[in-house]
Amino acid sequence: MDLLRELSEHLQNGDAKNVAELTQRAISEGLPAKTVLDGGLIAGMSVVGDKFRLHEIFLPDVLLAAKAMYAGMDLLKPLMIKDNIKTAGKVVIGTVQGDLHDIGKNLVAIMLRGAGFEVIDLGNDVSPQKFIAAAEREKADVIGMSALLTTTMPVMKKVVDLVKEAQLRERVRIIVGGAPLSDEYAREIGADAYCFDGINAVDCVQKFLPRNR
Amino acid sequence: MKRTLHVSLEQTVPSMQAILKGQGIPSWKQHDGRAKRIAEDAISIYRENARPVGIILEITKQEFQKIFEGEGRNEDDSPVKLIYEGSDDLALFAVTIGERICSEIARLFQANDFAVGSMLDTAASEGTELAAQVVENRHKEYLIESDKSNSRNAVLRFSPGYCGWHISAQKKLFSALHPLDIGITLNDSYLMQPLKSISGVIISGKKEIFYFDDTFSFCRDCDEHTCRERIQTIIDQ
Repeated sequence: MDLLRELSEHLQNGDAKNVAELTQRAISEGLPAKTVLDGGLIAGMSVVGDKFRLHEIFLPDVLLAAKAMYAGMDLLKPLMIKDNIKTAGKVVIGTVQGDLHDIGKNLVAIMLRGAGFEVIDLGNDVSPQKFIAAAEREKADVIGMSALLTTTMPVMKKVVDLVKEAQLRERVRIIVGGAPLSDEYAREIGADAYCFDGINAVDCVQKFLPRNR
Repeated sequence: MKRTLHVSLEQTVPSMQAILKGQGIPSWKQHDGRAKRIAEDAISIYRENARPVGIILEITKQEFQKIFEGEGRNEDDSPVKLIYEGSDDLALFAVTIGERICSEIARLFQANDFAVGSMLDTAASEGTELAAQVVENRHKEYLIESDKSNSRNAVLRFSPGYCGWHISAQKKLFSALHPLDIGITLNDSYLMQPLKSISGVIISGKKEIFYFDDTFSFCRDCDEHTCRERIQTIIDQ
């Protein structure tokens, strides 16, 4: 079987050990890091995302595949840095100030990394100023905010306003997520999208940042 | 009188079925061996790290009225108001399963053990609900033993943040209850730490006071409608 297809299939099965071994073999055989990433790891995660959307697989399967993805990525990352390979885009992500729930945000970060995006995870209890500073410093394409409390949702609006004030709105897309949120709320505060789960966040960001932009 | 309730760990261990359901796995898929193994790991880690404990304080209707009103941000019409006004007994409560389990979830994510970490998070949420149920049940027993209630009465708990009771009421609830005694703190966003904690009021009274239709304006934004199941448990008693 083709090495990249085999890599993709082991990833889909959440087999981190074999993904690491096959990634190493691909590197040893001289395959470019970008080829291994796109043709093996991201291709595998893409199938995983499709199966999840169709309810053929469920969250644990997706997370096992993500762990396998990370096992391969750990080997590719040094080569990608060395070869100055650009990622699909850069996302600054965090749970907003006053909120310490980070499981949802972590799952979104995992899925975005799995789709080839560089994710700068600011953690939880992140102030609006910290979001802006990170977006400027990292030249981020997207800011992702999570909130699980109705009391912390207004912080998202502050971030959107600060992005505008900092004149970053032209180039920075804003996605929001969290149990109490909705499409309507995202529109109301001026965000670009409400994402209901990690896979949906990948769909949104991919729409904003097509790979061959 | 304020009482600290040591909750038996085993009473809070969630079922495999509840965890898998919490992970969004439908019942027809729950026989899947891999997901079950991960859930078993999560349950085992839960047993090692959960430290369930509760605190409870009986209060009068007048005292509770101030707590319920909180910062004046409740919905105009809340079923909780109608229920507590018709109640026989009220008690504030808080439960937690402790910080260790939250640290363990974070550690698993750090180690890229996402599936186990996520499953443990679900198990911990379920475990916290079970701990709250134990406290509620124990309080019901206490009321009967102390002749403050009878077995025909019903007991249900409600928490700020649900059913039109604004989460900002946590502030006054914490001032009265002092859940710091069992290690729970409240931040400026009214968020409890450890995250796996529940607080609120346990209301005791005639079954009829608890019946309400989920047609309040805020019910439209509620995804859970667990009130239906809770009311049904009272009807079934």
